[in-house]
Amino acid sequence: MTDKRRTMAEAIAEYVRDGMAIAIEGFTACICFAAGHEIIRQRRRDLTLIRMTPDLIYDQMIAAGVASRMVFSYLGNPGVGSLNAIRRAIEHGIPAPLELEEYSHYGMVGRYIAGATNLPFYPLRSYTGSDMLQANPRIKIIDDPYRGTPIAVVPPINPDVAIIHAQRADIHGNTQLWGLLGSQKEVAFAARRRIVVVEEIVAESVIRADPNRTLIPGLIVDAVVHEPYGAHPSYAQGYYDRDNAFYLAWEDLSAEHDRVVAWLDEWVYGVADRAAYLAKLGEAHLTQLRPTPAPAGAVDYGAYR
Amino acid sequence: MSYSASEMMIVAAARALAGARTVFVGVGLPNIACNLARHTVAPDLELIYEAGVYGGGPARLPLSIGDPTLVTGATAVVSQADLFGLYLQGGLVEVALLGGAQIDRFGNLNSTVIGPYDRPKVRLPGSGGACEIAANAQRTFMIMRLKRRAFVERLDFTTSPGHLNGGDSRQRLGLQGSGPALVITDLALFDFANPEHEMQLIATNPGISIDTVRAEIGWPIRIADVVQTTAAPSAEELRFMREELDPEGMYR
Repeated sequence: MTDKRRTMAEAIAEYVRDGMAIAIEGFTACICFAAGHEIIRQRRRDLTLIRMTPDLIYDQMIAAGVASRMVFSYLGNPGVGSLNAIRRAIEHGIPAPLELEEYSHYGMVGRYIAGATNLPFYPLRSYTGSDMLQANPRIKIIDDPYRGTPIAVVPPINPDVAIIHAQRADIHGNTQLWGLLGSQKEVAFAARRRIVVVEEIVAESVIRADPNRTLIPGLIVDAVVHEPYGAHPSYAQGYYDRDNAFYLAWEDLSAEHDRVVAWLDEWVYGVADRAAYLAKLGEAHLTQLRPTPAPAGAVDYGAYR
Repeated sequence: MSYSASEMMIVAAARALAGARTVFVGVGLPNIACNLARHTVAPDLELIYEAGVYGGGPARLPLSIGDPTLVTGATAVVSQADLFGLYLQGGLVEVALLGGAQIDRFGNLNSTVIGPYDRPKVRLPGSGGACEIAANAQRTFMIMRLKRRAFVERLDFTTSPGHLNGGDSRQRLGLQGSGPALVITDLALFDFANPEHEMQLIATNPGISIDTVRAEIGWPIRIADVVQTTAAPSAEELRFMREELDPEGMYR
């Protein structure tokens, strides 16, 4: 098996091209900001950005002008308010108009599952009675072929590249993730290429000691990037907390387009890579995000020879 | 003991969960209400969060729906495919708490846009899981502040179906859950217990008149035969909420 380790700059340069459909998933947890920032630095254009919750990462990327389309299901800064940059793009075309394709959460999950399992569509009990059907003609109501009753279906989605942040992987890309799983497994299997970004690279024996925790097999992984704190200001369960203070501060930082541009100049274009971003953030800041330990009790798989 | 309108709303929501086994929780005020219910009227209540958490017991007030404190110590943490498929669509959610920018007389909710969809005056968050939660939870409770701009004659956009056009229109569309059962506001309580499934005033908060309630609703609100006065929060409800659940007073 090959060593798939790359730097973030190498992985983005190799796999993310202008005009592609890119998914950086992670539901509140394990959102790979490091990858989003590198895409901004490499000045990709005309991307379709796919994510259930665009979150601050897509707010930053859309303000930076990398995207022309977005596929999503919830557009908010949870517990805080709006995603101001994306709203400016939608409401006023600043910095550029943004085409939307909108679903509900389960609709997005269903699209990933259909994409991953080569199904023509995914049926779900949602959308009936909702104007979302009019807002997005790709969501359709068909007749259940067995009972004849109407059921909503969504089409499969196969992102060109999925970027998945996780706690650990081996150099072959066998990846373990815990805490909120989001739709990371489904998007990984649905995508055509996968970049895995991890807090730690571990020996293959560590992965093999706990196979139930392996969400993504190296078989489907194209690149492994070792990027500690790569999900900040989101979080990696057991490694660091969500930087809620930053999520709260973003409300002001993103209030005007010029302010976002100034923030990007300082924190994205102004740093060479994630290591420089972390140095700028400071050790003390990172230390206060560390949780106290709460380890799982080990389970015994048994040895069978 | 004095209390705020928000505290009254949280306490009313908690009491409405009496005896419930599972509840689908949102962040903020609903999260406090569910944790208060667990301490008071619903000790066996399991909290379900759309982030994939079943049986969460947050050790601090979570800012977001995906806070790591919801994970540590939970009964189960599952993928969103499992959460929406097995738990929600599987019919295991007894009560879901929902909110929105606009609600109409049949409990339909808008959380998508103000103005036309293609040229919105205000772009709101959108569905998230709300559309399927509204369809599949056994019952839904709405928690919203009573304001004329929110309680409207006509929604700008229907994100999450309630009783649709009233009567049996929800049933005819084949939605699994029975739909909106209660609307909990900072001024009054409403239910839909009539053949038309139309929102009706059933209780006012202490010191609030029916006319005050009427003035905040954009259609002639139906009034139940008996309108009760909700009991003020007890000392213990207030203590637990202030000391244990929201010590910084974010939702006071």
